[in-house]
Amino acid sequence: MSVFITLLTRDMKLAARSGGSAALALSFFALVATLVPLGVGVDLHLLARVAGGVLWVGAVLAALLSLDRLFQGDFEDGSLDVIALSPLPMELTALAKICAHWLSTGLPLTLLSPLLALLFNLPGPATSILFVSLLIGTPAVSAIGAIGASLTLSLKRGGLILPLIILPLLSPAVIFGAGAVAAVLDGLAANSALGLLTAFAAAAVLLSPFAAAACVRLNLSS
Amino acid sequence: MMISALTAEKLACVRGDRKLFDGLDFRVKAGQALAVEGANGSGKTSLLRLVAGFLAPAAGRILVTTGDGESDDAEERARLVGWLGHLDGLKPQMTVKEQLAFYARLHAVRNASLEDLLTQVGLARQAELPCRYLSAGQKRRLALARLLASERPLWLLDEPFAALDRSGQNLMAHAMERHCGDGGLIIAATHDPLGLGNESLKL
Repeated sequence: MSVFITLLTRDMKLAARSGGSAALALSFFALVATLVPLGVGVDLHLLARVAGGVLWVGAVLAALLSLDRLFQGDFEDGSLDVIALSPLPMELTALAKICAHWLSTGLPLTLLSPLLALLFNLPGPATSILFVSLLIGTPAVSAIGAIGASLTLSLKRGGLILPLIILPLLSPAVIFGAGAVAAVLDGLAANSALGLLTAFAAAAVLLSPFAAAACVRLNLSS
Repeated sequence: MMISALTAEKLACVRGDRKLFDGLDFRVKAGQALAVEGANGSGKTSLLRLVAGFLAPAAGRILVTTGDGESDDAEERARLVGWLGHLDGLKPQMTVKEQLAFYARLHAVRNASLEDLLTQVGLARQAELPCRYLSAGQKRRLALARLLASERPLWLLDEPFAALDRSGQNLMAHAMERHCGDGGLIIAATHDPLGLGNESLKL
């Protein structure tokens, strides 16, 4: 466990020192959320209707910005070889990196979302559900992103291919997350959408470390 | 855990469509070093990666003999390997001391005195310096400190003397000598003599 925490802490430290990947993701998210109301216009009802979808897509795209470096930096400088020889199984190494990515990117994006929801005139209850849905769903973004990042880690321009691999896989998270917000706007309960989102996120977090570890091993042997 | 011998039997390695070597046999006993020599692209690094368990052999097997008996399990073997690749595995954003502390904790080594290790490799004054300010030779010295901190019995070294000045080369040679003296094993891919009265293997 302490080796897991060691790797998690080191990755978070690196994320904080590498030109602020969290700051970059937050800026991107804020810019997307600011531009959409400027483009849509002053129809407050329409803005509230599209808020869930736009903010969910914005958060997913913002989280993607730093995903390609999840394993690539360690692969390029030889750290991954040494990490692979540590007592920590590769599956837990992948999980540590997923947790570090979520804590340094997914969580800050979630915390910013209620503020950005103001730009969309999203009512209080819907904003709360948006926040909860991102809190539940962003770990799935990091987890599924880890599969793409591990698949493309030895590719020179893997960052360009990464979204093509993982965005289709993330569509359930966007559908359920935005669906939960839409349900509240329609006066319905968001429980079923949030339940499906939780199941999806749990499956992603539990299964993706195995897939990512297999891909990392494959790349280390190439 | 101590290793009494590492044995390769009829080892073959294929990279892409190219067979690098086939039918390779060697044995390294505790306290011995094996220098792997050969031209560029002859498969020296691939052999080290096979022994580390990163690559699976196309044929043959690698056996490690310990007090518990013989095993050809690559995952078990990986837990015995101290790795010094041609890349140093250092992060430019981390300080020398942070980097060494990370690797010591990663290998679950609790009692390593990091200050002593840094003094040993001549980097005590650079302890708080971010690794991006280190020269190539200093990075190699830090990689040696990392290797020493790992406390692993089987050292796999890829061009261990690369980028080191004369005193750095002596430092590396002394570290290898001490490791063998303590009952460790070394397999080193090198163009330079190890100076340990070692066996050599030509690829």
